[in-house]
Amino acid sequence: MSSLNGKEPATNGARAGRMLRYVDALAEAVAQEMERDPRVFVYGLDVDDHKRIQGSTKGLLERFGPERVFTTPLSEDAMTGFGIGAAMAGMRPVHVHIRMDFLMLCMNQLVNMAAKAHYMYGGTVKVPMVVRSMIGKSWGQGAQHSQGLYSMFMHVPGLKVVAPSNAYDAKGCMIAAIRDDNPVIFVEHRLLYPTEAPVPVEPFVVEFGRARVMRRGEDLTIVGISNMAVECLRAAELLADAGIAADVIDPVCLAPLDVDTIIQSAEQTGRLLVVDNAWTNCGASAEIIARVAERPVRNRSIRFERMGFAPTTCPTTPALEQEFYPNPARIAAVGYRLVRPGDGKWSPDPRRAELSYQVQFRGPF
Amino acid sequence: MPDGASRADGETLERLYGKLYLTRRFEEVVADIYPTDKIKSPVHLSIGQEPIAVGVCDALRADDVVSGTYRGHAAYLAKGGDAKAMMAELFGKDGGCARGKGGSMHLVDIAHGVLGSSAVVGSTVPIAMGYAFALKREGRGRVVAAFFGDGATEEGVLWESLNFAALHKLPILFVCENNGYAIHEPIEKRWAARDLIAKVTAFGLPASRMDGSDVVAIRAAAASAVGPMRTGAHGPSFIECLTYRWREHVGPNADFDAGYRSRAELEPWAAADAVTRVGAMLGPAVRHTIESEIERQVRDAVSFAEQSSMPALSELKTHVFA
Repeated sequence: MSSLNGKEPATNGARAGRMLRYVDALAEAVAQEMERDPRVFVYGLDVDDHKRIQGSTKGLLERFGPERVFTTPLSEDAMTGFGIGAAMAGMRPVHVHIRMDFLMLCMNQLVNMAAKAHYMYGGTVKVPMVVRSMIGKSWGQGAQHSQGLYSMFMHVPGLKVVAPSNAYDAKGCMIAAIRDDNPVIFVEHRLLYPTEAPVPVEPFVVEFGRARVMRRGEDLTIVGISNMAVECLRAAELLADAGIAADVIDPVCLAPLDVDTIIQSAEQTGRLLVVDNAWTNCGASAEIIARVAERPVRNRSIRFERMGFAPTTCPTTPALEQEFYPNPARIAAVGYRLVRPGDGKWSPDPRRAELSYQVQFRGPF
Repeated sequence: MPDGASRADGETLERLYGKLYLTRRFEEVVADIYPTDKIKSPVHLSIGQEPIAVGVCDALRADDVVSGTYRGHAAYLAKGGDAKAMMAELFGKDGGCARGKGGSMHLVDIAHGVLGSSAVVGSTVPIAMGYAFALKREGRGRVVAAFFGDGATEEGVLWESLNFAALHKLPILFVCENNGYAIHEPIEKRWAARDLIAKVTAFGLPASRMDGSDVVAIRAAAASAVGPMRTGAHGPSFIECLTYRWREHVGPNADFDAGYRSRAELEPWAAADAVTRVGAMLGPAVRHTIESEIERQVRDAVSFAEQSSMPALSELKTHVFA
């Protein structure tokens, strides 16, 4: 992590690799898997146009040709079924959607077919398919380009859901997703695309179902999902100014969910704040807190808070949009009250809060 | 309206009759057993519609693939799906084709080229198309036949699939079993434009309307459609087979007293019944041999289902993930 005072923490050099952007890590992971396995193909509206899904499919068409990298009619419903059928026949499709909101057009195929095929056909078929989609934020993304709808997929047995928040996990999770024999909903965030982390050149797998502890602290546990993992790191920097040390955990994989790592931390700190990149109602934050709460905790009770999108549609105007999202200052303020409930007035220095946006997670991984 | 059977050689007729008789008798036995509650699954019987699946599947190779619907018993059996595993599946037994986890609406037999069927109308059509894409890439000349009903033509996904299959020249035969009803609602209450062939051809693939009772003509149409697909010379084709569901939408009974259709509607279809007509083209000895063999197969399927055990409780949590 690059901290506010500019000091880089130690990284374990052998695995660190070169600095790579999240967007390039995605493209590199897919290219390496396409190289390794001729069954892998990439399809979806605009994967082969000049913008290449904000660069995340860059280079694939040139290397692997239009037989393995091709656009589609919009037809999200049929194109999802198409991938499921190809996967059942032994191929390994990667279906790309430039916004997660568009997955609502794929729900029948994802929920009724992809998730259930292995089970309802008695284990005789598999659906090794990756469904990539990107959550948008800022510059008027608004109602239908901003939604983090992953909890809908977490609800359904048979789907894996992964939402990496840094370039290292983006590459490792993408390779794991392509090699997985199940449908994987791969959730990206537009604002993470330019963020950099050390990423090994060679292919590697980030195992699903293992949360990543991004920062250590004994006062408070903060869990941040997708882009909110980065916002929580920024909040932790601000809390450090007030002498509060936070554990920051990125679940990375939402289904299966590594609740043990979160419980372990929350048992130590006694305070758990879950910050979601989505609404709180019936969301991932509800699930995480429920699973922590229903575990018999021997030593101490845990106090909970959660944050997420305002319970509204996302507005486009920045005046309202900034109120819609949790931000580092607000996360820090909630964290502070959780640790020092008697002292509710603290909020971070606005100048420090502004600076906190320089924080990126860069390991160690 | 149905007008009967086209001509075919004796060997073909015997083969077709065997499959027609199997699909008919299997379901009649299912209907007989159903009131005993031994069958643990809703059943949507194909009775009356069998010639479509039988005709199309007779034009397919063993390594070709079909996809079906929740009214998919005939397609499963016609393609060569395991009858014992199917009956056991209906009984909810461990020996079922989906180990008792799918039931009648989710029949599957990958070894015999039967993709799993679905209870959501139209949902297997794009999956069949994706399978056809994989088969085209495989390059061994295999094809897919996708069965669906007239109701599926009201789902957007069908038209999305037709467009993509035509665009990519995928080796898939779309087979619409038009029985005139979606559950209990007639086409008159559902379609603004009645000419399905005109709609389909506008999407860029050849389509023709057929008498769904004429098993020989359906077989011939399917054969001439899939032949050029195997070489990659031709893309997808579409046939609309006019047919009639003799029993209720779901369950073992007739429902002509329910008020939404009359028994008179059934009469021309019953008169053109392919099982009866093709059977009548065979000599009595040949016919007897075929029928006894099928009766034995159906009996064996029932006893296999009876003897198969219920799944172990641990099966509940297996196969959630591969």
